Amino acid sequence: MSQTVEAAPAPAPSSEPSGRVRAGLASRLMARPEIGALVAAIIIFIFFLSLAPSFRSAESFFTVLYQASVIGIVAVGVGLLMIGGEFDLSAGVIVYTAGLSASMFCWYFGVNLWIGAILSLVFCLAIGFLNGYLVMRTGIPSFLITLGTFFVLQGANLGVTKLVTGTVSSTDVSNIDGFDSLGKIFASSFKIGSVTVWTSVLWWILFVALAAWTLQRTKVGNWIFAVGGNPDSARAVGVPVVRTKIGLFMAVSFLGWFVGMHQLFRFNTLQAGGGVGNEFLYIIAAVVGGTLLTGGFGNAVGVAIGAFIFGMTSLGIIYAGWDPNWFKAFLGVMLLLAVLVNLYVKKMSTTRKVG
Amino acid sequence: MTDTLASHADRELNRGEPLIEMDEVGKSYGAIRALRGINLRVNAGEVTCVLGDNGAGKSTLIKIMSGLHPHNDGSLRVDGKDVSFASPREALAHGIATVYQDLAVVSLMEVWRNFFLGSELTAGKYPLAGLKIKKMKEIADAELRKMGIVVKDIDQPIGTLSGGQRQCVAIARAVYFGARVLILDEPTAALGVKQSGVVLKYVAAARDAGLGVVFITHNPHHAYLVGDHFVILKLGATTLDKTRSQVSLDELTRQMAGGDELTELSHELKR
Repeated sequence: MSQTVEAAPAPAPSSEPSGRVRAGLASRLMARPEIGALVAAIIIFIFFLSLAPSFRSAESFFTVLYQASVIGIVAVGVGLLMIGGEFDLSAGVIVYTAGLSASMFCWYFGVNLWIGAILSLVFCLAIGFLNGYLVMRTGIPSFLITLGTFFVLQGANLGVTKLVTGTVSSTDVSNIDGFDSLGKIFASSFKIGSVTVWTSVLWWILFVALAAWTLQRTKVGNWIFAVGGNPDSARAVGVPVVRTKIGLFMAVSFLGWFVGMHQLFRFNTLQAGGGVGNEFLYIIAAVVGGTLLTGGFGNAVGVAIGAFIFGMTSLGIIYAGWDPNWFKAFLGVMLLLAVLVNLYVKKMSTTRKVG
Repeated sequence: MTDTLASHADRELNRGEPLIEMDEVGKSYGAIRALRGINLRVNAGEVTCVLGDNGAGKSTLIKIMSGLHPHNDGSLRVDGKDVSFASPREALAHGIATVYQDLAVVSLMEVWRNFFLGSELTAGKYPLAGLKIKKMKEIADAELRKMGIVVKDIDQPIGTLSGGQRQCVAIARAVYFGARVLILDEPTAALGVKQSGVVLKYVAAARDAGLGVVFITHNPHHAYLVGDHFVILKLGATTLDKTRSQVSLDELTRQMAGGDELTELSHELKR
């Protein structure tokens, strides 16, 4: 009946007063981006529960959550960016750029770490802005632009670190002023019984909630879906496409900075070559969570489930006593399955429904 | 069907009053003259049909009116005042809304989100203010119902609607947000007969509500069903400019198909 065109409202096929039909619960569930990831997560969870005895404890559950949060915080930003139709390959190394720049600046000039953290934030936001500006200004695919930034940052991380410290790791920051207060914000933990809860897990939940709210319930979220789904038509109805996309790139670099601060204050020192390859983990988490590679479809909760699957498998394989090298192969399989499911979902939701 | 249009149309629209007037308008892209000496009048409550073959200058004409490219020659007057639009936003501010054939909607987004895209209702000014989702759904559903489109579920992606319905949603949106002049770029080109009928009925409804409509098409049959005034473009210039009473459908079809050239060709190919 969706095609019939009548001057008067169609006879109501349901009891709803508006005469509008609501799709059945099953088909409404199927239309949600995260449903595939949720099913996969439950299966994997049960799988490791039955195979790995050490997986069955609250402690290891929270270790999994911690592992998921470190990837998941940036992945949420990358997910939003992908819904907005763009990629960011520099998201993995920017985490280390953030930590390294803050720590070396403060060590070299002998200033409070708060100053370093704020300068590093400004620097990361500037990189995000540059990514977005170049993509929007030149029309070159973001894949290429951020591939360039990725290599620039990767090289600069190593080069500058070597120039400043003479080695390939940053100096220990635990004796510099401001370490304790910053450490409380970015990298502290507390105990509930025997369980250690890292604050990064709480931050992760907060960022996911914020992203979910923004996407579904604000006009900015509406714009993100629109610029990813069809930028030309979004522009035609007055959506600020350039501002929305640049904002998304900056959100990714902000979250990268946040995780960079976590790494720095958790480990006190960072390896300059770190972070390479993580950009793909973020993209995998987003895609496994139901985000469409071509943009315009996905949600924040799905990306969080994707990151949770990552955390579960990376630790589950170790708890089960297997060779951890298999982990990457497993991730690859997950990605392929997710892409197939996404393709199917997109097909279902863009073809006309008859009946 | 017309009540929704009538309730949103500008009360100050007087039938027959010129909304857009073009005098000797021309446009060149570098050395190429895409358009020259165009005189066009868009009156309130009338449908002005612009016909022409591919490359005749139809798109350039739309781009001038909708603010994508400014003209370089002649004058463009809106409500009697000289204007030259620098952006689509400026044209929208003058009440000139353009509905493009292919980029009318974002197909993966829900019907109601599409309807309000770019003009969302929010609970406040701050960036994270919540959307008034319930109200937007109600309005979108009611507006679409009034024009005879009953969607199965207002939450379904707009890509699941038929082409004609999608076009109608885009037109309804433009009208709801206060358009006074509607520019429709080939709205029926990709549609079947039945779906074209849906769009044409809505074009007629917009006209009856007092809006000025510019209907771009290369189908003289569709044009003649709703048009009050016909302009045929060829190689950037006007070759026919007549009102409904001055031209018959046969004449229009013949002119569109090539006119005298076609007569000549039929002599040549006589067998």
